[in-house]
Amino acid sequence: MLTKRVIPCLDVKEGRVVKGVNFVGLVDAGDPVELAGAYDREGADEVVFLDITATSDNRDTTIAMASEASRRLRIPYTVGGGFRDLAGMVAMVAAGADKVSVNSAAVRDPELLTVAARAFGSQAVVCAIDAKQTGPNAWEVYTAGGRTPTGIDAVRWAEEAARRGAGEILLTSMDRDGTKEGFDIPLTRAVSRAVPIPVIASGGVGTLEHFAEGVLDGEADAVLAASVFHFGTYSIRQVKEYMASQGIPVRLDF
Amino acid sequence: MAIVVVDYHKGNLSSVARGLVRAGGEALVSDRPEAIAAADAVVLPGVGSFADAMAYIDESGQGDAVLDVIAAGRPFLGICLGLQLLFDRGNEGAGDDGREWVEGLGVLSGSCTRLESARLKVPHVGWDSLDVTPLGRRCPLLDGVPEGTNMYFTHSYAVADDADPSVVAARTYYARSFPSVVWHGSVFGTQFHPEKSSGTGARVLENFVRITQGAA
Repeated sequence: MLTKRVIPCLDVKEGRVVKGVNFVGLVDAGDPVELAGAYDREGADEVVFLDITATSDNRDTTIAMASEASRRLRIPYTVGGGFRDLAGMVAMVAAGADKVSVNSAAVRDPELLTVAARAFGSQAVVCAIDAKQTGPNAWEVYTAGGRTPTGIDAVRWAEEAARRGAGEILLTSMDRDGTKEGFDIPLTRAVSRAVPIPVIASGGVGTLEHFAEGVLDGEADAVLAASVFHFGTYSIRQVKEYMASQGIPVRLDF
Repeated sequence: MAIVVVDYHKGNLSSVARGLVRAGGEALVSDRPEAIAAADAVVLPGVGSFADAMAYIDESGQGDAVLDVIAAGRPFLGICLGLQLLFDRGNEGAGDDGREWVEGLGVLSGSCTRLESARLKVPHVGWDSLDVTPLGRRCPLLDGVPEGTNMYFTHSYAVADDADPSVVAARTYYARSFPSVVWHGSVFGTQFHPEKSSGTGARVLENFVRITQGAA
């Protein structure tokens, strides 16, 4: 049976992991590829590297990281953040990224999803959506790292992204991100039901129950978290064992 | 014992090559038909669509080189699309120029078609389990890979029900039951990506490297 995925997300700035990381036994805890390798050994199903480098000048560092990751990682990885056009995505895939995640650039130019899907296949194109609640069962898409409201309905945008060729939706609730109050379940469920492609729930995980809720109530295909893993609150195995205890199929043979 | 990873210019193959090196093999990536034909063993990775890949492989001469290697009984491993290309035909991308089917390498008999489901999400992305057949329990590629092992899949097409059942070493169920490992003589194929399947995938690559060494 297809298992539900557990995905740690690493924020990377100029080739270095940004948030503090509590990991025993790492030679260099700031090296994103080394940290991702540790997550692989702990049972992560994939990893996401989110490039938060402010300027595009240092893009080469991120490409070098992607290339290093393709040599050293034994699980799939996504690189997201900072893509402006197809050329940038092509360079990242050529460096070895299994998937590229695009956010603001796709809102600006939705055709980008179509040309990217044609170039690499839908399985390599993730549309990241940052959404903020505006009313009961209504969420608005924000771009530029959550700074710019767009007036676009998040569920509609997810549908369009899927139609245009995105292979997955990485859905982050801005209301919940960093709160540890759990995923925005109505948002996750609304998007998951609206699109025929996998949805990765993101933003707000604080407890083991939250991971299971994302799948059972939010109907997500994968759950993503950052700080609870980095700070060592839970190990990936702990999360997966809890999910399994709630009847969720997960990969535990690692 | 050089294993040549066939490069048909559709994607980055460093993870496949590095996976083989980690597994103890000597691997190099090449697009040259002469290098492929002279290889001790060949890995055909999976990138792009069936129609695109076959067009390139045919035109470049890589297809004939692969067939020479297989005819000579040297070990061959097809990964993902590389498994599908072993079969008679596929319809992924065939409609782009009005055809119903694109011919594959024809090493194994059967067709490759899209996974269709009204209920499930396609592509089939993520970790899914192997249902090992009696043939698979004797298959050297699956040595030490227990029933139910999870591997990483990412695909929308798979081998169809018309496949010769005598070559199916494992099956996986998603939308329909499809062959996820095939084996015939020195020819092996995996629908999943062993190079992306962590420790369990590494075991498969180690087995393949051992097969290439045993065939020396």
